[in-house]
Amino acid sequence: MIQFMQVSKVYSGGFQALQGVSFSISAGELVFFIGHSGAGKSTLLKLIAAIERPTSGAVRVGQLNTGTLKRSMVPYLRRSLGLIFQEQNILYDRAVLDNVLLPLQVMGMESKAATARAHAALDKVGLLRRGKANPVSLSGGEKQRMCIARAVVHRPSVLIADEPTANLDAAYAQEIMTVFRSFHQVGVTILIATHDLTLIENRSRVLQLYQGKLAQ
Amino acid sequence: MNRWLRQHWLAAVRAFEMLTSSPTSSLLSIVVIGIVLSFPAGILLTLDNLRAVAGQSLESQQLSVLLDTKAASDDIERINTNLEKIPIIAYFQFVSKEVALQQLQQEAELAEIMRNIEQNPLPDVFVVNLEKVTVDEIEMLRTAILSWPKIAHVLVDTDWARKLNAILDLGRIIAIMLATLFGAALVFAVFNMIRLQILTRGDEIKVSRLVGATDSYIRRPFLYFGAIQGLAGALLTWLILAAGIAQINRALFELARLYEATFRLDHFVWLDSLALLAIAVGLGWLGAYVSVTRYLLRSDSI
Repeated sequence: MIQFMQVSKVYSGGFQALQGVSFSISAGELVFFIGHSGAGKSTLLKLIAAIERPTSGAVRVGQLNTGTLKRSMVPYLRRSLGLIFQEQNILYDRAVLDNVLLPLQVMGMESKAATARAHAALDKVGLLRRGKANPVSLSGGEKQRMCIARAVVHRPSVLIADEPTANLDAAYAQEIMTVFRSFHQVGVTILIATHDLTLIENRSRVLQLYQGKLAQ
Repeated sequence: MNRWLRQHWLAAVRAFEMLTSSPTSSLLSIVVIGIVLSFPAGILLTLDNLRAVAGQSLESQQLSVLLDTKAASDDIERINTNLEKIPIIAYFQFVSKEVALQQLQQEAELAEIMRNIEQNPLPDVFVVNLEKVTVDEIEMLRTAILSWPKIAHVLVDTDWARKLNAILDLGRIIAIMLATLFGAALVFAVFNMIRLQILTRGDEIKVSRLVGATDSYIRRPFLYFGAIQGLAGALLTWLILAAGIAQINRALFELARLYEATFRLDHFVWLDSLALLAIAVGLGWLGAYVSVTRYLLRSDSI
C-alpha cells in the first residue's frame, strides 16, 4: 500500500533529512516510526502526504507516485489520508463541530450527512457533547482527540500521526492511543511517528530512523 | 442541492462572512471602488448625453437644394420626383425664384436693394427637411443630389456636428483610457484587500489544504468576496452618478428655460448599467483571482 524506494530528501539549505530509505507497508498495518529529533520521521510522513517531494527515489501510496504527482492531484491523495500533526492546526474561530466538518465540506458532502458523520467521529473520540464548544475551551488531550476526529471523519484508508502525544501527559497519551487502536481494529492503516517508546505495543511494527537512514 | 451548487453556496456564505467580519474596512473598500469607478463612468455618461444632444439637433436638419439658373420646368419636375423617392426625407417644399424674390422684397432691410436689381439673381430652390439622420447620411445625400443634372449647390451645415462628433470621439478615447487606468486601480485595490484577507486566514487555508482542499475550493470564497466588492462598488457608482445627475438637471432646467430649450442629462440605460455592474464584478473577480493564485503558488509546499 505504501512503498518507499531508495528515497532521499535534501532540503534547500542542504540538510539531508532522508538517505536511501526503502520499506513497504501493507494495508491495515500499525507502524511506529521512532528515532531521535531530526532523524527524518516528520519528513518521511510529509513525503507520504506530498507535503514534501523526494529529492530522489520514489514514494508510492496506492497507485500514486507522490514524487511525480501533479499539483492538481495532491488534494485527491490527501482525501485518502487522515493527517494529525504536532502543530494541531486547529481553527479557533469556529466550533469543534465545524473544525471536524471541514474535510467533508472540502469534499462537497451534503450538509445533513456531513453533520451526522462529524457527530459520529466526535462520538468515537468521546467529544460528542463538546461539538458546539470553541476549541479554546478544550484541554490538551481533547484538542488532540478533536484533531483525530477531523482526521478520520472522511474515513481515510491511512491515518498519519506525527508526534500525536507530544505535550500530553501519560494519561492523555494512553487515551489517544486507545482511539488509534480502535481505528486500527476496523482496518485503517496507521502510521505514527513518535519518540515516546512507551506508546509502542509488543506486536506492532517499528521502523527506526537514525540520521535519515533506516536502522531496522 | 447538487455538489457544485453546494460548494458555490458555501463559498458565497464564506465571502459574506469575510465582508461582515470587518464591516468598516469592507465599507471603506466599497466606497473607494465606488468613487474610483465614478470618474470614468461619469465621463462616459456625459459624453453619451452630449452625443444625444448632437443627435437631437440633427433631427431637425434641413437641406437647401439650389437649382441651376438654366433649369427648366421638366428638370424641376424630375428633381421633385427624385426627392419623393428618398426615404430619409420627411417633407420638402419647392420655392421658385420669383417667390423667393418677392419674399426678399418684403424684408424691410433688403427691400430697397432688391427693387433696384434689374434681373432676378435668385435660383429655384427645394427646401428639404430630413428625418432623424446621422451626419454621414446627410453627406451621402448631399453628394447624391449634387450628381443630378441641373443642380448648382446643396447647402447644409453639418460642419458643427462633425466637429462635435470629433470632440466626442476624442473624449471617448480619453474616457476609455481613464476607465482602463481606474479599472487597473480597482484590480490592484481588490488584490490588496484579498491579500490582507489571506493573511488573516492563513491557518484556515493551510488546514483546508491538508484535508484535501483543491486550489479552486480555496480560491472560490475570495473570488466571491472580490466580485461582491466590485458589485457593491459599482452600485455605489450608479447611485453617485444618479445623485450627480439630479443635481445637475436642477441647474440645467433653469439654464435651458432661459434658452427656451428642453435639455436634461439622462442616466445610463439599463443595458449600460448592467455593463457597468458586470465590468466591476469582473474586475473584482480578477483582482481576487490574481491575489489568491499568487499566494497558492508561493505556498506550494502545503
